Amino acid sequence: MKRMNPTAHTVMSALAEPRRQQIVELLSSKASLNASDIAGHFEVTLAAVSQHLKVLREAKVVLMTKKAQQRLYRINPQAFEELEQWSRRMKETWTTRFDQLDALLNASD
Amino acid sequence: MNKTIFTEMLENKQMTVSRRFSAPLDKVWAAWTERDLLEKWWAPKPYRAVSKSFDFSEGGHWHYYMEGPGGEKHWCLVNYMEISAPKYFTARDSFCDEDANLNPNLPGNVGRNVFKADGAETEVLVTLTFVAVDDMKKIIEMGFKEGFTMGLDQLEELLSV
Repeated sequence: MKRMNPTAHTVMSALAEPRRQQIVELLSSKASLNASDIAGHFEVTLAAVSQHLKVLREAKVVLMTKKAQQRLYRINPQAFEELEQWSRRMKETWTTRFDQLDALLNASD
Repeated sequence: MNKTIFTEMLENKQMTVSRRFSAPLDKVWAAWTERDLLEKWWAPKPYRAVSKSFDFSEGGHWHYYMEGPGGEKHWCLVNYMEISAPKYFTARDSFCDEDANLNPNLPGNVGRNVFKADGAETEVLVTLTFVAVDDMKKIIEMGFKEGFTMGLDQLEELLSV
């Protein structure tokens, strides 16, 4: 089953590889690029880049559009919004949890 | 009240949470490792944590549910991996069902919890490594449902892409 929206965990997993992080950084600074432009930037094979792009696309970190004969890749801002929201919820959970621990430690004095 | 401090390394599936508590180390350690105390603070309000079983030992686990204000239950399983009292312990945190069967469709995390005494105060540093659904499946397939005593380094190796 394919998910419609990116989830924080799939985004993190897709990013947990140095080369893919570099590709995402590169795409963040450009509007969109095709696979051979990306390969040229890192001096890696087109096959390797295509494999990374496949992972990034499946995780919805990047989006692909076909233009004439070209496949152009760009960042999906929604992926990073999802990650940010999820991170905020994690922080809220832990802040509340630790406030409760603090209260408990002080109450039993 | 002290602040909770976070650092994010989400591209490496990690986040750290640290906090200084105005209580001695043994008291903080007890709050993390004794069932009755743990139940009092672990679930963020308005949820409450209710234990079905608890065994804080390497390979042991805490099987509990978090109950929401509407009575809905979320079953969770904490598997204790490495324990070095009262300095640190590592544990895997996942969702499961009433019979402690892990849910392969929900992600979880592995936490390393480090405790450091500083006079009458205690500093706690939690490093969370997030485990995606596919990695959860990998863990389940490898048969770590029960008695999960694998070290954190080994786990990271298993989960590295």
